[in-house]
Amino acid sequence: MINSRHNLTGWLLIGALWALIPLMANAELVIKINRGVERPVPIAVVPFGYDGPAAAPFDVAELVARDLDNSGRFQSLPRSLLVSQPTRGSDVDFQDWRLLKVDVVVIGRLEPLPGNRHSIIFQVFNTLTGEPLMSFRMASDDAALRRASHRVADMIYEKLTGIAGVFSTEIAYIAVDRSGGETRHRLIVADADGENPRVVVNSPEPLMSPAWSPDGRKLAYVSFEGRRSAVYVQTLRSGNRERVSARAGINGAPAFSPDGRRLALTLSRDDGNLDVYVLDLASQVLTRLTWDPAIDTEATFSPDGEEVFFTSDRAGGPQIYRVPSLGGGQATRVTFDGNYHARPRVSPDGKQLAVVFNDRGNYRIGLADIERGTTQVLTRGRLDESPGFAPNGAEIIYATRADGTGVLASVSTDGRIARQIAAVSGEVREPIWGPRDRY
Amino acid sequence: MMNHRLSFVVTIFACSLFLSGCPGSSVVQPDTSGDGPPIDSAPELNNRDRGGVDGAQPFREDPLPDLLGDLVVYFEYDLSDIRSEFNAMLAAHGRYLANNPSANIRLEGHADERGSREYNIGLGERRAQAVRRVLLLQGASGTQISTVSYGEERPAILGSDEEAWKLNRRVELVYQQ
Repeated sequence: MINSRHNLTGWLLIGALWALIPLMANAELVIKINRGVERPVPIAVVPFGYDGPAAAPFDVAELVARDLDNSGRFQSLPRSLLVSQPTRGSDVDFQDWRLLKVDVVVIGRLEPLPGNRHSIIFQVFNTLTGEPLMSFRMASDDAALRRASHRVADMIYEKLTGIAGVFSTEIAYIAVDRSGGETRHRLIVADADGENPRVVVNSPEPLMSPAWSPDGRKLAYVSFEGRRSAVYVQTLRSGNRERVSARAGINGAPAFSPDGRRLALTLSRDDGNLDVYVLDLASQVLTRLTWDPAIDTEATFSPDGEEVFFTSDRAGGPQIYRVPSLGGGQATRVTFDGNYHARPRVSPDGKQLAVVFNDRGNYRIGLADIERGTTQVLTRGRLDESPGFAPNGAEIIYATRADGTGVLASVSTDGRIARQIAAVSGEVREPIWGPRDRY
Repeated sequence: MMNHRLSFVVTIFACSLFLSGCPGSSVVQPDTSGDGPPIDSAPELNNRDRGGVDGAQPFREDPLPDLLGDLVVYFEYDLSDIRSEFNAMLAAHGRYLANNPSANIRLEGHADERGSREYNIGLGERRAQAVRRVLLLQGASGTQISTVSYGEERPAILGSDEEAWKLNRRVELVYQQ
């Protein structure tokens, strides 16, 4: 066995993907790197060998190279410039790769397994030292080879950058299509690279505020079907959905607790005053967290589930406040640096908030330090909104505008990498990044 | 009191007027085309000479038809204060509702696209509530009025400039059948 020499041998099993209605054959989103690191790591991902009887079932190397390029931290060598195509470690001539100024080379092959499965075997070498950095074997259902290839990219990315890869994760977003006579609103789940889009909900009335359950199996969202707002929780695999709040007035801004058992909501009840509540999904017990006549909304839980951060304009303009999630506590103000902070999302380490920040008349994504109360502006748009952290905490996805329409974008939390994720047609907005699978 | 005929005309607005987010295919308006709410008939007065001064006659101000035809209230950025130019129009709608207890109205609050979406839902609701309070002050009943906020989700005008934004910060008055 190829990896018997190394202690890094790993086995991973890829389960079947959950099935949803396929939207269209191709990706609906296209990623463009607007700003990358100054010196991306030059890498070669050699086409994987295939020992099976017919054509290879999937081009693993092509997807791994694209993922790494899309990260803004790597630059892969075009296939036309590959001097050789080794598929085993013993065949790699490091001098060749050094001449091409490639620092890292990835090789591998696919081996058939019984029952419509394959093994992906891959190795990563440092071309300067000839040292093997990784050697793994991963079994996958043929139907899941795309996701398995994203996991290969995740593992390589983490090994080379120290940051967990998120290529195998999913995003959800709202797409608005005004091309027909009526406006269509769709809630879509896609792979993190925009491929494989699936429609979760399709409505002539507005859909907004999607939120992932922590296990990635459900989405909560607001729908205006029936001409009034209601909050739904929908299970992705089955398509079953439950209307969890259709009270008088506004039902909005759902956010799951980290254990998935509670849902923070904004309700206006009969008097039109928006306040933040927490609904226990099993018992349906509703706990009111805020009591202010101001607009209190856009709640989100801290990673430990003990606190809720939310937007309130109780002091004039909107600012971020925190309050104990079990109720009965006083809300305290978190942001002070400017006249507009809204729509908080807490970083995975619980130390920062991604917010919408008014930067001299421009609505931009800010990173607010929870303890210090200071805010740093990360983006350069005029109408940026809906920020949310990638599950590795290193990147923030958000909505912005380009060429007169709504597009998605992401920025690294250090501000060095900026990517734009545009819809092939129509407008996209309110992106949310799903959790990582535990593997 | 009068026994008003509750005749409504369903006015079809071309969806293209709204460019997007046309709230349904029809808008219901109160009938202002002909015989609107009649004025209370004044009691017969003995019009004898009173030194040139006629007897006082009670009268009810007829809502001006063109004011009842106005169905949108616009707002300043981040505010829900009713601008004075909309006072007469809202007074007309409030009196119409007071005089027509079976009439129902739905107030749809909207915001421009700037800032966060759920906060804008709050702004739209606050605007709808501001309009609601004015209608109640004019004698409309709370049971006649429902509110909904669409925030920035249903712009009247697509565009990212002040011209579009000022037309999107609004409350639409929608009479229900």
